[in-house]
Parts: sequence; C-alpha cells; structure tokens
Amino acid sequence: MKKLSAFIAGLLFGIGLLLAGMANPAKVLGFLDITGVWDPSLAWVMFGAIGVAWMPFHWAMKQSHSVLGAAMQIPTQRTLDRRLIGGSLLFGIGWGIAGICPGPGLVLLLSGHWQAWVFVLAMLAGMQVFTRLTASRP
Amino acid sequence: MLIDTLHFTPWSSLAGGALIGLSASLLIVANGRIAGISGVLGSLLQRGSEGWGEKAMFILGLLLAPLLWGLFHVLPLAEFQSGVLGLVSAGLLVGVGTRYGSGCTSGHGVCGLSRLSPRSIVATLSFMLAGFATVWVIRHLLGLMP
Repeated sequence: MKKLSAFIAGLLFGIGLLLAGMANPAKVLGFLDITGVWDPSLAWVMFGAIGVAWMPFHWAMKQSHSVLGAAMQIPTQRTLDRRLIGGSLLFGIGWGIAGICPGPGLVLLLSGHWQAWVFVLAMLAGMQVFTRLTASRP
Repeated sequence: MLIDTLHFTPWSSLAGGALIGLSASLLIVANGRIAGISGVLGSLLQRGSEGWGEKAMFILGLLLAPLLWGLFHVLPLAEFQSGVLGLVSAGLLVGVGTRYGSGCTSGHGVCGLSRLSPRSIVATLSFMLAGFATVWVIRHLLGLMP
C-alpha cells in the first residue's frame, strides 16, 4: 500500500511538472532571467504547490504516524550552517546553467531527450561524490 | 523588469503546481515522507537505506509520468539551451549541491516552505539567488545564451 501511494505520488509529481511547463529548461531559465524578459510562471507553480500542500503539512507536523502507519519523517534539524547555504548556492549555479533541477531531469529521461541523460548521469555522479566525501570524513 | 507575456502561463503553471502540491501532500500524509527528489534519489544510491522500495516506486512514478501523459496528449516542448559541457557541469553542481544543501526545489522549495522551515527558507533563497545570478552572468554579462 505504501509502495502504491509512493508510486501514485511520483506519477502526480511528474504530470504536475509537465503541465506546469517546468519540464522545459528554456521556461525555467526564462524565470531565472529576472533582469531580462521575465517569465514568472515558476512562481505560480510554487504558489499552486504550497497552496495545496500547506494544510496537509501543518496537519502532518502534529502527527507521530502517517495515515498508513509509517513514522512521520519530518526533518527536525534547525541549524543554518555552511553546508546548507553553500550546497544550495552550488545547486543554484548548476540550475542556472542548464535550467534543470532533479525532478524535471528525471521526467525528461523518458521523454526522448538525450540531453536529459547527460544531465542526470552527471547529477548522479555528483551525488556519488558527496557520498564518498562525507563517508570518508568522521 | 519586463514580463514575458508571450511565454507566461499562469493557469497551467498554477494547476501543475497544485498537482505537485497534491503529490507532496499524499507522500507526507500516507507515507510520512518528504517529497524531495534529490533526497529520495540520493538515498536510493546509498546501500541499506530504509524504505528503499517506497522511494524506488516514487522515482519510478516520476520516470513513467511522461509515458502516461503521452497516452493522452503530445508531450510539451522541451528546449535545451546548453551543450554537453554545460549539461555535465550543471549536473555535477546540482548533484553535489543538493546533497550538501539537503534538498532541492521540491524538498526545500515546496515541502519546506509549506511547513515554514527556516532551513528551507534560507536554502530556497540561496538557490534562487544563485540561479538568478548565474543566468545574469551567462546571458547578460557574457552574452552566451539567447
């Protein structure tokens, strides 16, 4: 059951990205180009997503278990450290270069674009770099 | 600032965003998990991570979404504006950065902002600012892209 709900959530997420126009790197770059001719669509995606997710998340924060009985895994860490900010800045630079973040990268894989494969393989390599670096450190 | 009225799609973007919000809501309410793509994907790469099956099914759904869409409608246009070098450097930065920063547009941007997490607000501001600055440098300072 939990696998089914996770699968449906994945499908919904992907359909949402496609409908929102966010699986088009040029459109994402149009949003990031605030000093040029600006396409505010991505902000509307965020409004739509947060508007719907607000109540369920505020409900979930008060629960110890999910509806299907799984432990509620909401991050509890509160420190604003260099890793959080530095990592997010690096991500933003990469996002600004190609206009692709992890979700759209995966959605584009089976949409028939070779560029998505190049991007996703490099992204997986980057994630492996992180795993290796953090595993070797105490 | 000039608004790109030709490409601005308020209604479909709002509706698509609502579906993303529904997806994140389903995953937190049913599975108790954060719908953060980079976090889920990153932990799938690590051996012995808990809930591997659920996480794999979430990613599988995401991968199959364009095939489901394709049964009913032509897939929307996807225009890439970077070459192989750009794609590789972007991918590496996104991979390393999202893991160090513990999240991306979905985990911090959608889930984190929905619960008003201070870490996610700081992370979202950081990657948005870096994204704006990068596009400004590439397009306007170096004049490399359309």
